Amino acid sequence: MSAGRASAETLLSQAQSGDEAALGRLLSLVEKGGEPAQEISRHCHPKTGGAFTLGVTGAPGAGKSTLTSSLATVLRERGFRLAILAIDPSSPTSGGAILGDRVRMATHAQDDDVFIRSMATRGNLGGLSVATSGAVRVLDAAGFDWIIVETVGVGQVELAISRAADTTLVVLNPGWGDEVQAAKAGLLEIADLFAINKADREGTEQTERELRQMLSLRSSQSDWSPSITCTVATRGESVETLLDNIIEHRQWMEENGELDERRASRAWSELEQLVIARLVREASEMLTPGNHPDLARDLADKSTDPVTAAAALHKSHFPKRTAG
Amino acid sequence: MNARVLVAKPGLDGHDRGAKIVARTLRDAGFEVIYTGIRQEPALIARMAAQEDVDIVGLSILSGAHIALTRSTVAALKEANVGHAKIIVGGTVPEADIAKLKELGAADVFPTGTRMEDLVSRCRALVEERNKPLNERRQGQRRNAAFPGAVRR
Ligand SMILES: Nc1nc2c(ncn2[C@@H]2O[C@H](COP(=O)(O)OP(=O)(O)OP(=O)(O)O)[C@@H](O)[C@H]2O)c(=O)[nH]1
Ligand SMILES: [Mg+2]
Repeated sequence: MSAGRASAETLLSQAQSGDEAALGRLLSLVEKGGEPAQEISRHCHPKTGGAFTLGVTGAPGAGKSTLTSSLATVLRERGFRLAILAIDPSSPTSGGAILGDRVRMATHAQDDDVFIRSMATRGNLGGLSVATSGAVRVLDAAGFDWIIVETVGVGQVELAISRAADTTLVVLNPGWGDEVQAAKAGLLEIADLFAINKADREGTEQTERELRQMLSLRSSQSDWSPSITCTVATRGESVETLLDNIIEHRQWMEENGELDERRASRAWSELEQLVIARLVREASEMLTPGNHPDLARDLADKSTDPVTAAAALHKSHFPKRTAG
Repeated sequence: MNARVLVAKPGLDGHDRGAKIVARTLRDAGFEVIYTGIRQEPALIARMAAQEDVDIVGLSILSGAHIALTRSTVAALKEANVGHAKIIVGGTVPEADIAKLKELGAADVFPTGTRMEDLVSRCRALVEERNKPLNERRQGQRRNAAFPGAVRR
């Protein structure tokens, strides 16, 4: 049967029984949004909570995919099933993308317990965080123990992603004061842990020192202080330790209620994004100039002014609200 | 549109320059291209096509084994429940083999030297063709469909 016409329920049960085409399909539908995505969300949400989601972010080329693949190896050795969501930017000019992260994850190509999906950022960040949360929800409902979300840390993308992960790992490289500056700019705030990857290169200790110093200056309300692990992802070095540190953070969050809190506030912020997206869509329909020929004319001949007209327009569309 | 294409290199030859050019060309034409690296087995290509839910699976073959590799990839895609993805074959394919490849299930063939504009327009046509029958089928089934909007892009 063609997956294109199956219901969310059917696709999900197929996905749960290991049909990767059905799972692939669900992820596309979620990414596309609209009613199918809503239906899928409704079926998946009650089945979530079993998976732990790790976000891996950092500068381009930092070794995120390689490190993700090594972490997957250790997770598999410990008996976990996992899904990897590898997100790359879409070209702003063509809208296309080359999604090449899975080339670095080829060691898992034959392992039925590792599912890999590539995703492009496609336009706005609100949309990205909604699509990512939706995809994570599907993977969680499909029964994976762990979900790793890889994303390149440029600008605000990592913030969008950190909204979809339980724990965020920031990957840096040695030898670059700039790296730490980058960390200062935005990555520092979202990091629960750091990996200084490519620790086979010079300058690892110095970068670690600089990072520690920077962290000590951070004013944080949390009593969690991010650990720093120096890794060589290509050789799997210290990746066990890194995973132990990640699990330590998970346990810390589970014990003090932080995990539930994060998940609840994530669900709320997803709701916010969705409502805002709807309102923006509605507003842009409402504002199509052709829909208000009278108003446009009145504005032009100055029989009304923009502020008054805006209030009137708003009121006519949302009659229950008082003007603001 | 957001059509998705898997670019794979089955077989033993290790040159992926052509495959990379194709990947970039399609990216610049607005496709999401999943690049998978060299020396892929048909069963693994099919598995990736399932996970990535692609519209098109592109095989770049320079080894001369295009007939056998196309045949086994077609079978592997069916096996992995992605028989609906369109297969295209590019590389060193002699003119005389094109009909044979299409008979085996390739939707289109792009021998070395194909103009990139042609590649793009024919890939776009494939995606459109792939969307159309589902849209038509959906008209007749609207009442039963659990997802009125759940058709291919
Ligand atoms: N020397 C050294 N090289 C590494 C290490 N980890 C990764 N690399 C190399 O760094 C390059 C980039 O690795 P990726 O894993 O693709 O990096 P990435 O951060 O996922 O890259 P993007 O997804 O393109 O941003 C590759 O050539 C890797 O082999 C490491 O620990 N040491
Ligand atoms: Mg990567």
